[in-house]
Amino acid sequence: MRLAKKFITLTALSLTLSAPAIAQDAKAIDGAVKARKAQMSLYAFNLGILGNMAKGQADYDAAVAQGAASSLLALIRLDASQMWPAGSEQGAAAGSRAKPEMWNNMNDVIAKAMAMQAAAEAMDGAAGQGLEAMQAAMGGVGGACSACHKAYRGPKE
Amino acid sequence: MLRLLKWLVLLGVAGLGLGYWFTRPATLDPLAMDGLQGDAEAGALVFAAGGCASCHAAPDATGEAKLILAGGHAFPSDFGTFYAPNISPDPTQGIGGWQAVDLANAMLFGTSPTGQHYYPAFPYTSYDRTSMKDIADLWAYMQTLPASETPSKAHDVSFPFSIRASLGGWKLLFAGSEPTAVEPTNAEMQRGQYLVEVLGHCGECHTSRNALGGVNYDAWLGGAPNPSGQGRIPNITPAALDWSEADLVEYFTSGFTPDFDSAGGEMAAVVENLAKLPESDRAAIAAYLKMVPPVE
Repeated sequence: MRLAKKFITLTALSLTLSAPAIAQDAKAIDGAVKARKAQMSLYAFNLGILGNMAKGQADYDAAVAQGAASSLLALIRLDASQMWPAGSEQGAAAGSRAKPEMWNNMNDVIAKAMAMQAAAEAMDGAAGQGLEAMQAAMGGVGGACSACHKAYRGPKE
Repeated sequence: MLRLLKWLVLLGVAGLGLGYWFTRPATLDPLAMDGLQGDAEAGALVFAAGGCASCHAAPDATGEAKLILAGGHAFPSDFGTFYAPNISPDPTQGIGGWQAVDLANAMLFGTSPTGQHYYPAFPYTSYDRTSMKDIADLWAYMQTLPASETPSKAHDVSFPFSIRASLGGWKLLFAGSEPTAVEPTNAEMQRGQYLVEVLGHCGECHTSRNALGGVNYDAWLGGAPNPSGQGRIPNITPAALDWSEADLVEYFTSGFTPDFDSAGGEMAAVVENLAKLPESDRAAIAAYLKMVPPVE
């Protein structure tokens, strides 16, 4: 069931992204960019909870860590199919830092999203199992964030 | 009248010759590297600090494949598109036929073994203060890397920049980096200065340039337009970057910012390289960045 849902989500995502540029309402594009940023902020918020514990700047608390990891996993599972409309790349949409290359490399984008999901699942399994287990899962999450940012995020305006 | 013209032509030829002589590609004594025994293990760190693989590996290479320096990475600029060449040890397509001194001439003077000027997309404008020991170590390390038979791609540069001899004038104006206004007060800052200004060539992207592509040293690390796309490469002087030294070291290690954003774009590749250095080197870079004059 979960796999099927994932498949549908990803198929929808790839369709939206590979479809020829349909004239999009500027307001809808603006909303999509804002939604993406909101999702990213929530990633950062939950990663911060885990990261500060991992760095020793906060005391490790298994329940808090588990909560943050579960939130992270819930976030990556959000349906992204409507969040990346054509015309919402950096330079075309205000505030966007998504490189146009994203829309030409959808298979790779989806592969990177799947890798992020795998890393979030690993973190979800590790976060409540002690500080060391959580710290060990941190690198995978950071690597998954960075892999996509490296390829598809432009510098700030 | 005819005599005057003849003199003018002669003078012109002499002027051109003199100009060429003044801007001819510089080289070291061919024996300059003799007796310098490189250490490949140390060279691996020079290689990481210099970010060689970030440009010279194939554009989509990851993991171990980043050590195959096949080239092909494109660098769009105002002057045209440059392509990083194959610098793997392949004798035909790469630099397998080079000697250590050829690498030194490339890094210190931007001069090829056949006496051509390199385009400054290759950052010899920063590498030109690399120590001879680091070059010898780097050379030793590069010998251990896999060869690639991928031919280098020709640059796509418009006239007059397509005339390589014109780079001699450019070098006369802009090459020959000097330590910036920063005055290190201890060994750590000195190491940081060397890593940032020379091997790391941070100023190549983080400092703005004039219309001819010369670095604006009085706005050192003050940020610049993205040379190959949208957005700006950020100002990393204390005027704009208020992270603690510990924050900076963390960023250079894991790629996480203090707000748990993660490094992206070219900087993600830089972080991958910096993470391979000893922590003392990352701390040295942080210490240096704290003492750079603020650029508002």
